[in-house]
Amino acid sequence: MTHAIAQLAAVLATALFIFSLHWMNDPKTARRGVMAGVTGMLVAVLATWVQPEIVHHAWVVLAIVAGFVVGVPLSLVPLTAVPQRTALSHAFGGLAAGLVGTAEYFLGLGENPAQLTAFRMSAIVAEVILGFLTFTGSLMAAGKLQEVKWIPQRPVTYPGQNVVNIGVLVTAAALGVLVVVHPTAAWSGEVFYAIVGLAVLFGVLLIIPIGGADMPTVISILNSYAGLSAVAMGFVLNNKLLVTAGALDGSSGLILSIIMCRAMNRSFTNVLFGAFGTVQKVKAIGEQKAWKQETVEGAAQLLDQARLVVVIPGYGMAVAQAQHKVRELYDQLTKRGVTVRFAIHPVAGRMPGHMNVLLAEADIPYTALVEMDEINPEMPQCDVALVIGANDVVNPAARYAKDSPIYGMPIIDADKARTVLAIKRSKNPGFAGIDNELYVEDNTWMLFGDAKAVLGELVRQFGAGGIH
Amino acid sequence: MMPILVAAQAPPAEPAAVDYWSMLFVFVLATFIGLGVIRRVSRLLYTPLMSLTNAISAIAVVGSIVVAGADYPQVIRILGAVALFASMTNIVSGFLITDRMLKMFKKQ
Repeated sequence: MTHAIAQLAAVLATALFIFSLHWMNDPKTARRGVMAGVTGMLVAVLATWVQPEIVHHAWVVLAIVAGFVVGVPLSLVPLTAVPQRTALSHAFGGLAAGLVGTAEYFLGLGENPAQLTAFRMSAIVAEVILGFLTFTGSLMAAGKLQEVKWIPQRPVTYPGQNVVNIGVLVTAAALGVLVVVHPTAAWSGEVFYAIVGLAVLFGVLLIIPIGGADMPTVISILNSYAGLSAVAMGFVLNNKLLVTAGALDGSSGLILSIIMCRAMNRSFTNVLFGAFGTVQKVKAIGEQKAWKQETVEGAAQLLDQARLVVVIPGYGMAVAQAQHKVRELYDQLTKRGVTVRFAIHPVAGRMPGHMNVLLAEADIPYTALVEMDEINPEMPQCDVALVIGANDVVNPAARYAKDSPIYGMPIIDADKARTVLAIKRSKNPGFAGIDNELYVEDNTWMLFGDAKAVLGELVRQFGAGGIH
Repeated sequence: MMPILVAAQAPPAEPAAVDYWSMLFVFVLATFIGLGVIRRVSRLLYTPLMSLTNAISAIAVVGSIVVAGADYPQVIRILGAVALFASMTNIVSGFLITDRMLKMFKKQ
C-alpha cells in the first residue's frame, strides 16, 4: 500500500516538476512554476517519510531543521551574490549525491554484498565521482566568486596542467572499474576511498585555471554535473523520480552551457582546459590612439538630446552595485521622452541571466531588457550607447583580430551607435586581459570612475541643476 | 567494515531484479523532455531557472531520508543525515530565492 503511495507520489511530483519548468517560459507565469515545484517536492518528501522503513524520525527532523536554518539566510543574500550562492548550492547537491553513494556502497558491503551488482556498482562509482568533483569544484567556484582570500581569483596555470587533470580523472575512473569488477575484495573499501579522494582533488584542479569571464559557462557545466549525479543516485536507489528530476536539471545545465559557450565562440573543452584568462595578450593598439574623456555635464547633454539610448551593462555594474542609480537615470531619461533600452549579452556578469536579475531588482521593467541579437540591428539608429562596466562584450576586436582570445565572440555593436559613452572604473584592460578598441574609437567618450558614483553625478545633472 | 545489525524492518521487498533498462528509458525520455521544456524558458529568467532546477534536483532528499532514517548502522545514518541537510538547504534556499527574484520581474 505505502509502496503504491510512493509510486503515485513520484508520478505526481514528476509532472509537477515538468510544469514548474514549463511555466518559466514567461515572467508572467514563472511564480506559478515555483509553487508547482514546491508542491512536487512536498509530495515526494511526505510519501518517502511515511514509508515503514523510516524509523529514526528524530534524525530526519533534525537534518530538515538544520536545512531550514542554513537555507533561509542563504536565500536572502544580495542579488549581486547570487552567482556564488548558486555555486554553493551546486556544491551541496554534489555533496549529497557523493555521501549517499558512499553510504550505499558500504551498506551493501556490510549487509548485502549480493546487491552490489556490476550495474549498481557502476552507478555508485559514477555518482560518487560526479558528486564529489561537483562538490569541491563548486566550492572553488563559489570561493572565487566570493573573492575568498586564499583562493586565487586569477586563473592559475602550470606546465602539464591538462595532463595532470586528465590523469587524475582517468585514474579515478580506472579504480572505479576495479571496484565494479571486485566490489567485495578485502581492499575494495580502500580503493573506494581513493576514488573519493581523487574526485575531490579533480574538482579543485578543474576550477583552478578558470577565470572570472568563464564563470557563466563553468557554473552551467557544474549545474549539469549536479543534475547528473542525482540521476546516478536514482540508478543506485532504483528511484525513477530521482532519475527524472536529475535529468531535468542536467539538461537545463547542458542547454545553458551550450548557450554560454556559443556566446563566447568557444567549446566546452576549450573552457575547461583552455585557461582563457592566461592568454593575457596585451596587444598594443595600432598607433596607440588616446582616450577622449568627457565631463559629466557633457555626457548629460548628450543623453538629454538623444532619442534612443541603449545601456550596455556588464559585471562592473554589479561590482559597483550601480543598478539602482541606473534606474534613476532611466527614470530621468524616460521622463524626458528618451527611449531607453538595455542590451543584454548572454555572458555579461558572472552567471547566465545575471544582468536581468539585477536590473529587475532595480524595478526596471523587463520589457526594456533586450537580447543581443535583437538589439544589434537597431544599433545604427541608437544615438548614445552607454556602456556601464562592460568590456569584452563590446570589444570590436572580436570581429576581426584573429590573434585575440575573444576573436569570433558575438558582441553588442556599441561602436555602431552615433556616440558611445563608456563608464569604466580604471584604465586597466578587462578580464580577458586585452585592450578594448571601442574606447579609442572616434565616437567614444570615456567617463572614468566608479559606476555608481558617475551615474549618481549624471542623475544629479538631470535633477536639481544643469539640464531642464 | 564493521559489525552490522541486521535491519529489523528491512526495506520492503527490494524487487528481485531491478529493471535497469526501464530506468535508462526513463532517463533518456526525461532528458528529451527537459531539453524541450528548457529551450522555451524565457531568456530573461536564466538566473532564476538555475536556482529552480537546483531546488528540483535536490529531490535527492528522498534518497537521503531513507539513508538517514532507516534502521542502518550509525555511521551510514550520519552520512545520510549530512546528505539530507545538504539537500534540504538547497530546497529551502533554492525555492525561496527563485521566488524572490521572480517577484522582481515586472512589466511596467
